[in-house]
Amino acid sequence: MARIDTIQNMFAATDIIDVKLKTQRTVKWVFGSMSVVILIPLVVLTACLVVRAWPSLTWDFLTDIPKSGMRAGGIWPALVGTMYTVTFSLLIAVPVGVLAGIYLNEYARDNWFTRVVHLAVVNLAGVPSIVHALFGLGAFVVFAGLGKSVLSASLTLAIMTLPVIIVSTKEALLAVPATFRMACWNLGASRWQTIRTIVLPNSIGGILTGIILQVCRAAGETAPIMFTGAVFFKFVQRGDLFPYKPTEQFMALSYHLHTISTQVPGVPESMLYATAVVLLGFVLVFNTLAIVLRTWIRSRKKW
Amino acid sequence: MVEAMTQSNYIDIEDLTVRYGGKAALDGVSISIPRNGVFAIIGPANSGKTTLLKCINRTIELEAGVSVKGRISIDGRDTRQIRDVYGLRRRIGMVFPLPVGLPLSIYDNVAYAPRMLKKHSKAELDETVERCLRQAALWDEVKDRLKSLGTLLSGGQQQRLTIARALSHDPEILCLDEFSIAIDPVTTMRIEDVLLELKKDMTIILVTNLVQQARRLSDNTCFLNMGKVVQDADTDTMFSDNPGNQLTYDYIHGVFG
Amino acid sequence: MPPTESVADDTKALTAARSSAAWQGTIRKVYRYLSERIIVGLIHLAGVSAIIFVFCIFYFVFREGWPFLRDSFDVKGFFLSEEWYPTSEVNRRYGILALLAGTGTVTLVAMLVAVPFSLGTAVFISQFCGKKAREVMKILIELLAAIPSVVWGFIGLMVMNPVIVKLTGAPIGLNVLNAGIIVGLMSVPIIVTIAEDAIRAVPDGFIEAAEALGATRWQTVYKVILPAAKSGLLAAVLLGVGRAVGETMAVLMCTGHSINIPFDGHPPYFHVLESVRTLTATIAAEMGEAPRLGANADGTYPVEAFHYQALFVVGIVLFAVTFIINVTEDLIVKGIRKEK
Repeated sequence: MARIDTIQNMFAATDIIDVKLKTQRTVKWVFGSMSVVILIPLVVLTACLVVRAWPSLTWDFLTDIPKSGMRAGGIWPALVGTMYTVTFSLLIAVPVGVLAGIYLNEYARDNWFTRVVHLAVVNLAGVPSIVHALFGLGAFVVFAGLGKSVLSASLTLAIMTLPVIIVSTKEALLAVPATFRMACWNLGASRWQTIRTIVLPNSIGGILTGIILQVCRAAGETAPIMFTGAVFFKFVQRGDLFPYKPTEQFMALSYHLHTISTQVPGVPESMLYATAVVLLGFVLVFNTLAIVLRTWIRSRKKW
Repeated sequence: MVEAMTQSNYIDIEDLTVRYGGKAALDGVSISIPRNGVFAIIGPANSGKTTLLKCINRTIELEAGVSVKGRISIDGRDTRQIRDVYGLRRRIGMVFPLPVGLPLSIYDNVAYAPRMLKKHSKAELDETVERCLRQAALWDEVKDRLKSLGTLLSGGQQQRLTIARALSHDPEILCLDEFSIAIDPVTTMRIEDVLLELKKDMTIILVTNLVQQARRLSDNTCFLNMGKVVQDADTDTMFSDNPGNQLTYDYIHGVFG
Repeated sequence: MPPTESVADDTKALTAARSSAAWQGTIRKVYRYLSERIIVGLIHLAGVSAIIFVFCIFYFVFREGWPFLRDSFDVKGFFLSEEWYPTSEVNRRYGILALLAGTGTVTLVAMLVAVPFSLGTAVFISQFCGKKAREVMKILIELLAAIPSVVWGFIGLMVMNPVIVKLTGAPIGLNVLNAGIIVGLMSVPIIVTIAEDAIRAVPDGFIEAAEALGATRWQTVYKVILPAAKSGLLAAVLLGVGRAVGETMAVLMCTGHSINIPFDGHPPYFHVLESVRTLTATIAAEMGEAPRLGANADGTYPVEAFHYQALFVVGIVLFAVTFIINVTEDLIVKGIRKEK
């Protein structure tokens, strides 16, 4: 290597620096293209799905009931069934999850018990969806006697979405600086008063984001509802907003997609793709909503 | 509830020892603070002054891994025996060196404590907010923008907002921990004037690194060093040429600390 | 209020008014105290609910599968036999070796696809990207993660299937390769996210020191960041594995669903173009037909009942595997924290 004894020499490119920079450029391109390759499926596949689904994507498709053994008509009962189960499961998962998140961040002390709770949340989050399905079957359908119903499926979905709601609530609460809480405590406020007046209002955005993301997940999951209430076909009036009693079985969009693509021969291709697009579209739209909400919160920082 | 005063000492701290893990932040501290007037606590950094304040309003209990021994009584009642700790904290106003504006409007910042206590009419709240902001020497700067966010004020303004909040629930005891660090000297003087007014019916405990501030304001001074009380006497004695304790003299005259 | 007649009446009226206000104040205080106690109680209850639910999951799955474990379970036969014939008229056998192989091979292919791309993407996003581009990439990754597994299965079935047939000439496109690629794509977001967190957690001090010594970005990554983040990267991969092992719908629709161990003595030895069946898909496919039968009078179960119960036992195996993966990952993360 040439001796660097003048300032000019220092800034001149040496051979070794050339090689280093070239390696860096190559590496950057390699990794960059890896990233693009990963993301191509998202764009290309979505486009492909939409294109193939186009002929069937009509308003009728959404509001009509399946006819001719699923080979014609629409997906209304499945659409409404999904909305029901998602709503019910949220009604259970959100209060429990938010309160548990509050517990973990505001009340739990730094001891072994808290670590156990944390471990339980992490493990609950890692349970495969089919095991949730088995749990729902054993606990709600059989043991609790609810049978295969909207209720059983919703409860199963609730337990599945619970851990992520807990964690995102905890993270949202953590983002509120501790100094605010100290200031309130010094004014004589109790923990709950502080949470109610300062902490929760300033973390509600993060909590909502977590909830919206779980809405997507609950709508898209198939396995947990497969043996706990989702059914191949149920007769329902076209456009009926309340077709299922909580104790009845129901049709769901995710399960419907599965059955018509694997168990019903002769369904027109565009209908298959259209069903997939409706489900995917719902999920992507809500997810984008969550992302927009998150960005908006970040932009209006209050401190 | 303020009981009729029979003793001459209002706050009695007896043999207070506070340990964080193995280290003692306060070691056998015994101080008596008389009712009304300004009681200054001076000492170098890490002498336990802030810990002492936290013990008085029992926010020390909110920290993990702390052991507290000893007794603090206010008006003869042991503070640790009081079940309604929130009521105790409402009797004590606390101002810490770090300015904290709550993420509410300025008005709501000051109205926070009164609102939590009971329902006030709008007129009452308005009056309380204005009074406290005036006492904190902040009213003139914010009176036209009471609805703007408290967290967007400057550091010095937020510190005064903290003082206003501390006054908002009408405390009998006001604790100030190095309140003037983030404030310019002129505003500090204005607040010191207010303190001199307030001390007629309020017990003010002033923790400060600025010995001259203690001299200006306080009637009694206590010198705390490394968790122990070095000397506790009336201000004139402490700041005289012969306080009776060499360490006190050295600290006040800047030999160390 | 009636007009007062005397001072005594006056005082009485005043006391009455004052005490009614005091009474109201007390009611409000009691209400506030009680409602706060109730809420805090609920909060604590919710806090322990996670523990309760984990135990419940384990308990109920175990409960349904217990008779099989008690009466018809033989460890060697269960784990080492590839003969899974739960509905055979004459000879019911419950060997899950082929299912384990199915899960294992699909996971293997999935990781071979996902890990290099995910780690590369994670490095790219955190080190070589501009701020705007990073935001966009992260959003796209998040949207990729949102795609439901049944839609992925649909893509494998309808889109990947003909592509594989065309490219490889295999008789059908529903096989280990198809499921592996799909599950790999599904695992990418989680590996990227955790790996990126691990990379960003490397202390700035390390990076600054390297740059002060004149290293290029890439050298810093290669020599400093990756070794420092390696436990976090391992944790990310483990989480990806856990995801792949637990995936149900995509493999149900893409593996071709035949009981088969895709290894044999002929090259290429690992036959990715063969159909397999995974643990998860087996449960999903067969649970609909397996009847839940009660015990006979003497406490034993009819032979037909074992299918339902055996599926629960398969569920226990799955739960155990993912539990171990999760605990390992958690220990690794804790190990990092201890080192720091």
